[in-house]
Amino acid sequence: MSEVHIPTPNSQALDYSAEVRGRSLWQDALHRLIRNKAALISLLLLALTAAVSIFGAYIVPYSYAEIDWELIGVPTPASIENGHWLGTDSLGQDLLARALQGGRVSLSVGLLATSVALVIGVTVGAVAGFVGGRMDQILMRFVDVMYSVPLMFFVIILVVIFGRNFILMFLAIGCVEWLTMSRIVRGQTLTLRNKEFIEAARAAGGSTVSIIMRHIVPNVLGVVAVYVTLTIPQVILLESFLSFLGLGIQPPMTSWGALINEGAQEMEITPRMLIVPAAFLTTTLFCFNFIGDGLRDALDPKDR
Amino acid sequence: MSVFEINDLNIRFDTPEGEVEAVSNVSLSLRKGECLGIVGESGSGKSQTFLAAMGLLAANGSVEGEVVFDDTNLLKADEAVLNGIRGNRIAMIFQDPMTSLTPHMHIGRQLSEVLVQHRQMDWSIAREQAAEMMRRVYIPEPEQRMDMYPHELSGGLRQRVMIAMALLCQPEVVIADEPTTALDVTVQAQILELLRLVKDNNDSAVVMITHDLGVIAGLADRVAVMYGGRIVEEGDVREVFYDPCHPYTKGLLTCMPRLDESGIEALRTISGQPPNLQNPPSGCAFHPRCSFSSERCRIERPSLEVLAKGRRKACHLEMLELKQ
Amino acid sequence: MPSYIIRRVMIAVPTLWVIVTAVFFLMRLAPGGPFDFEAALPPEIEANLRAAYNLDKSIWWQYLDYINNLLHGDFGPSFKYKDFTVTELIAQGFPVSLQNGLTALLLAIAFGIPLGTIAALRQNSATDYSVMTFAMTGIVIPNFVIAPILVLIFGIWLKDTLVALPVASWNDGAIPNRILPAVCLALPFVAYIARITRASMIEVLRSNFILTARAKGLPYRLVVTRHALKTALIPVATFLGPATAFLLTGSMVIETIFQLPGIGRYFVQGALNRDYTLVMGVTVLSASLVIVMNLVVDVVYGLLDPKVRYE
Repeated sequence: MSEVHIPTPNSQALDYSAEVRGRSLWQDALHRLIRNKAALISLLLLALTAAVSIFGAYIVPYSYAEIDWELIGVPTPASIENGHWLGTDSLGQDLLARALQGGRVSLSVGLLATSVALVIGVTVGAVAGFVGGRMDQILMRFVDVMYSVPLMFFVIILVVIFGRNFILMFLAIGCVEWLTMSRIVRGQTLTLRNKEFIEAARAAGGSTVSIIMRHIVPNVLGVVAVYVTLTIPQVILLESFLSFLGLGIQPPMTSWGALINEGAQEMEITPRMLIVPAAFLTTTLFCFNFIGDGLRDALDPKDR
Repeated sequence: MSVFEINDLNIRFDTPEGEVEAVSNVSLSLRKGECLGIVGESGSGKSQTFLAAMGLLAANGSVEGEVVFDDTNLLKADEAVLNGIRGNRIAMIFQDPMTSLTPHMHIGRQLSEVLVQHRQMDWSIAREQAAEMMRRVYIPEPEQRMDMYPHELSGGLRQRVMIAMALLCQPEVVIADEPTTALDVTVQAQILELLRLVKDNNDSAVVMITHDLGVIAGLADRVAVMYGGRIVEEGDVREVFYDPCHPYTKGLLTCMPRLDESGIEALRTISGQPPNLQNPPSGCAFHPRCSFSSERCRIERPSLEVLAKGRRKACHLEMLELKQ
Repeated sequence: MPSYIIRRVMIAVPTLWVIVTAVFFLMRLAPGGPFDFEAALPPEIEANLRAAYNLDKSIWWQYLDYINNLLHGDFGPSFKYKDFTVTELIAQGFPVSLQNGLTALLLAIAFGIPLGTIAALRQNSATDYSVMTFAMTGIVIPNFVIAPILVLIFGIWLKDTLVALPVASWNDGAIPNRILPAVCLALPFVAYIARITRASMIEVLRSNFILTARAKGLPYRLVVTRHALKTALIPVATFLGPATAFLLTGSMVIETIFQLPGIGRYFVQGALNRDYTLVMGVTVLSASLVIVMNLVVDVVYGLLDPKVRYE
């Protein structure tokens, strides 16, 4: 009857178990995510929006830049017969087609810029966290300084300098959004590096690569996934904001932000021109929001 | 003559994993001037019992039963009445002095507000009395300390502040919930000494909740042992210590390392884990860990029976069988 | 406390310098100059113009000149608004942005903190859910969507009723003109502050010291206001630093939509017109504001959390 350990009053099982079961944590999280109705609906809605934006171009009779010369001059209301299902704007362009094109632009900017942010952020964060020491200090000092800068201004400056080139724009946005990602990844790497289970795994004879693959990656991935779902809408927002001010997408190309700008100008007569792109943008942003929240809850239920 | 009575208390918590019955059928009474020790491990329900009695249970908890103080059932009293009693006639001292004092408020103000609230005193007079109480609990240089923040004091001093705060209105009952657990051993001794003085000088009844039998031995007149949310043994401190009726109590006593023992190679333990209250063991909650358990223990939960005046046990064993 | 402040300032100054330098060189990197979209100028005139603006000197000379001017508060001439220096434009525009921003800030605090506190106190009730839904809406929907919609409602649909509000002018800061811009600007911040306050308050109310306060027999409203609030507001203070900087530097969107002559709008115009000095000037001003505000936040932090002062 004499084991080595003393029955301390706080005999709760220590929490390492959560990390070591690398795989079942994911199943657990997936389970929770599926049960979150808001997140699920948002996922479907988002997929729907994406699908419609991409494939809608084949169904809607008009293209986004096509001017309907008969209807030019004044925005016309929605009608089924002439094929302008949501009406036209003052240039005779089909509103629905433009809204869908806006979707393509906004979503692709979202994904592309976030990918840029992801690559830079994860690299910087992981290096800082893993290498530590001077490198960590320098990198984080740099991030801190960048944080104090009103980044909106820098994006605009970059856009002004390099012109409203689509590719450069999402590079510029990506360069600005990676900061938070790097901090998150660094934080996570640091925490993981010091956790006892790494030592336990090493003591049990695990090689560095297997440690990284089985323990570090799943945990960092979770946190990164949550922040990706939060970054994409921020990027879309940034792009829309720029386009709204006239500093982003240039006509005839369009995005939701630009459409909202046009809509705001015509809203006295044709509120539809404001409401359609606004509805698209708002719904998409809400969807990302719910998905992000859902992911966060799924991966770390304590954090409600 | 009992000052404070808990009758058949049941506490349930509504958790994401289901409902948990944390405390079942607990009945206790406290006499004027006596010190009742409550012993149990973490999760035994000892703290929750008294938090619930004071109306301080967490939002997801529900409580049934009766708590009688001054002819009032505290569980049915409204908030205003409870507020009038808390800190005034029944005071509590909590476990962790690091986190139990408001970080952004001066010590002096935290003390004075008790008097201002319950005695409608002026702040300046309250401050004087607070300083006086700080002196009585042996806090050196009270006047300077009054204007300090909690983090500027050591753990031992903070706990003294908590004790001072509890005593300001001369309460009839003082409930101390693990007051020394978070402190180092030398400081523990000082605090316990202080509590002994409290007990001896005022006429307050003291409830000492702890997992440390040494503390009980030094301070309590009577002791109740809790396990799995129930009382498993109760009696006069000397009787329970020298003649335990319950295998758990016996186990606790055996586990205590003693200076006068030589030649032990390993520390003794009670094997097994505390019961998971979401899925409690059948029959007697202790039976999986009990070296005396029988088939009956697995099937039938022993009820708390009265052996003699003030002596109760909840075990199927007869006392003689335990003396091995 | 003083040493704490000094240390913060010492970090701030180099940061500002880095920003100024970065802005300067970025602007110079831009292809094309400020005169490019005027009709093609005869070379002699262009040379004269360049000389007049010192664009013919070496870049290092221009840099030092710029820094020197900055230290004297001179942001250089506007390339677009030929009759004005940037300093003058900023001096005209900043008070407008400041007024609007401060009003929005006050609205945000006055509504955000109580809303968040009430939601925390009535956690998981209908009140809580409605406040949080409102907060989510305020955060997710961008202000360039909310603002036009509010204009649509109050400026157009309700134009002939009592609730009508003027929408497209500043009118020297007349009160009716200030309502919509300030409200639109404040809305997302009310939402953020409510969210942060709620989360923080819920966390604080679970603390041990709140249990102690309740065990002392204090009525709950005293427990909340005297014991919980100060600690709960710490994250709000942290948020307010950059938030205030944003509010004071003039929201580009709000000023554009409501035609307010503030520095946000000047910035947008400057960006559209490639008016480098104007853009630089506003950027430097905003960066300074952000840094100052962060400093203020640090000081407020020290006031709210006594432990920090002794670091």
